[in-house]
Amino acid sequence: MGVKLLLEKANVPGIRTYDVYRREGGYATAEKALKEMTIESIVEEVKKSGLRGRGGAGFPAGMKWSFIAKPEGVPRHLVCNADESEPGTFKDRYLMEFLPHLLLEGLLISSFALGSNDTYIYIRGEYAWVADILEEAIVEATKNGWLGKNILGTGFDCMIHVHRGAGAYICGEETALIESLEGKRGNPRIKPPFPAIQGLWMRPTVVNNVETLAAVVPIIKMGGDEYAKIGVGRSTGTKLISACGNINKPGVYEIDMTISVEDFIYSDEYCGGIANGKKLKACIPGGSSVPILPANLLLKTAKGETRYMNYESLSDGGFATGSMMGSGGFIILDEDQCIVKNTLTLARFYRHESCGQCSPCREGTGWMEKILQKIESGKGEVSDIDLLWDIQRKIEGNTICPLGDAAAWPVAAAIRHFRDEFEWHIHNRELSQTSNFGLQHYADPIHVPA
Amino acid sequence: MSLQFNNEQMTEFKRLVARYPEGKQKSALLPVLHLAQDSFGGWLTTEAMDYVSVLLNIEPIEVYEVATFYSMYNLKPVGKFVFEVCQTGPCMISGSENIITYIQQQLGIKPGETTQDGIFTLKLVECLGACGYAPMMQVGKIYREHLTKEKVDAIIAEYRMQVAAKN
Ligand SMILES: Cc1cc2nc3c(=O)[nH]c(=O)nc-3n(C[C@H](O)[C@H](O)[C@H](O)COP(=O)(O)O)c2cc1C
Ligand code: SF4
Ligand code: FES
Repeated sequence: MGVKLLLEKANVPGIRTYDVYRREGGYATAEKALKEMTIESIVEEVKKSGLRGRGGAGFPAGMKWSFIAKPEGVPRHLVCNADESEPGTFKDRYLMEFLPHLLLEGLLISSFALGSNDTYIYIRGEYAWVADILEEAIVEATKNGWLGKNILGTGFDCMIHVHRGAGAYICGEETALIESLEGKRGNPRIKPPFPAIQGLWMRPTVVNNVETLAAVVPIIKMGGDEYAKIGVGRSTGTKLISACGNINKPGVYEIDMTISVEDFIYSDEYCGGIANGKKLKACIPGGSSVPILPANLLLKTAKGETRYMNYESLSDGGFATGSMMGSGGFIILDEDQCIVKNTLTLARFYRHESCGQCSPCREGTGWMEKILQKIESGKGEVSDIDLLWDIQRKIEGNTICPLGDAAAWPVAAAIRHFRDEFEWHIHNRELSQTSNFGLQHYADPIHVPA
Repeated sequence: MSLQFNNEQMTEFKRLVARYPEGKQKSALLPVLHLAQDSFGGWLTTEAMDYVSVLLNIEPIEVYEVATFYSMYNLKPVGKFVFEVCQTGPCMISGSENIITYIQQQLGIKPGETTQDGIFTLKLVECLGACGYAPMMQVGKIYREHLTKEKVDAIIAEYRMQVAAKN
């Protein structure tokens, strides 16, 4: 069993309620932070912990906090990003649903460190019942003196507000989220200015993911140095992985980033192997935006070394032969899955979610979906593959926000690693409508040049 | 104006607006639109949107442009129960297509349509953050997960009973 810092208490009956959470030692860390620590020392511990943002980009949290501007007389805000809409990702939901007070405790400590008196949780609109759970927890925490005015007699005021979105993946992007929180369409802003300088209502704002902010509790509890000892290299602490697709045990797992990808997939403690005795074909290891890898490049790097579930190892080989940790949405495809079709559903997703501000993203996502649809339905030409490649290249790096890249990468990686399957679809127009390309050579050992 | 929040809804409206600083009441727009949709029959009429603009003291266009941007706001009438079935990759590889076909057969409608009796609407939606519990759909506030044909039958029967009980 690996170390559990976030989900350690997830199975304690009633842990969702204040009384049980408190009895299990909850809010003791917030008390320590507010009464015994200075703002600077809290930020310092978070820096020492090496905690990287768990929302997808992996930016060091302590560093982000130290960028927040502190102009005289202007309120600052912490915003918790609970928009969680990246396909394959459902870890934040789990944390909020089962451990709402852990998140509130993390928010309280972080709000204190950043000087946020009004902190907002921006939760995706569809998680309506989760929003209710959070609201209930806020009422309990307020009743018990952990939120409100003059908390623990320290003179610090803090209120946490739940704000429900209304169905838009793009609102997970931090500046779109801020726009949405201001009651507008979720159109990302051009940066700079960065939110740390001018964010919500043009005030200095820090946006962090749910898991990032919950992790502040164990960091302050054990100290940044101790936290950093868990894991490996720059992948410190624990990470939540939401595993789904064709595995025996889909669900949310907390790992200490030293486990190999192979162990994570096949051990009974985690995914429990591929479902129905099938073979592993491919995996999207960090949410739908990150490059898909065939089985052989997933379990071992191109150099033939074991691949591990951490930031560095998952990206080993760059986009040519590696992928990314991303949001921790781990999607497994078995031998019966069609890569063209899977890529098509993702292309449709990004077309649907593009906010439409930049032409390469708005038009390009539409074209990619159309061409993939054509190939998938047995009407493709070989030149369509090159056209797809060309379109994704023209989107990447040419847009206001990273959604454009996120739409381009899955298409690029599918062509890069599964070109054979695309060609098979095109050359076998009828057959491809009734049968599947299958596993083929995608799990074969890679020849590593000496 | 004929359409208005009742007392209870008005209390909720005030609670929502109070979350934001003075003068930033526009921030409450998304939550208030949810409230309006829930209060006025499951979709947003122009009248409802205009009412919201008056309450928040903003221009009607500021409401329309938001209502049309977000997928959860219905701009057309919908059935009493809206089946929003996820069709994105992780659900697709876990069998969502069969479930979608099955629901279409059972209800006799295509995606985007409402049954003649006005009870059910079928919508295909993108990832709802339940990929590990696929196939799945959202119905109102709740998620129906690990769907099978049998489960779909039971769910349809359950909602039909609810409607029958009210009549
Ligand atoms: C299209 C898009 C969608 C995103 N969705 C989310 C999301 O749902 N949740 C999240 O925490 N971060 C999301 N992000 C990343 C945020 O912009 C931001 O980097 C993050 O919330 C910062 O928090 P962290 O540093 O704690 O990870 C998204 C980014 C993009 C470009
Ligand atoms: S890249 Fe796409 S989603 Fe992002 S701002 Fe441009 S159009 Fe909108
Ligand atoms: S893909 Fe269906 S819930 Fe995520």
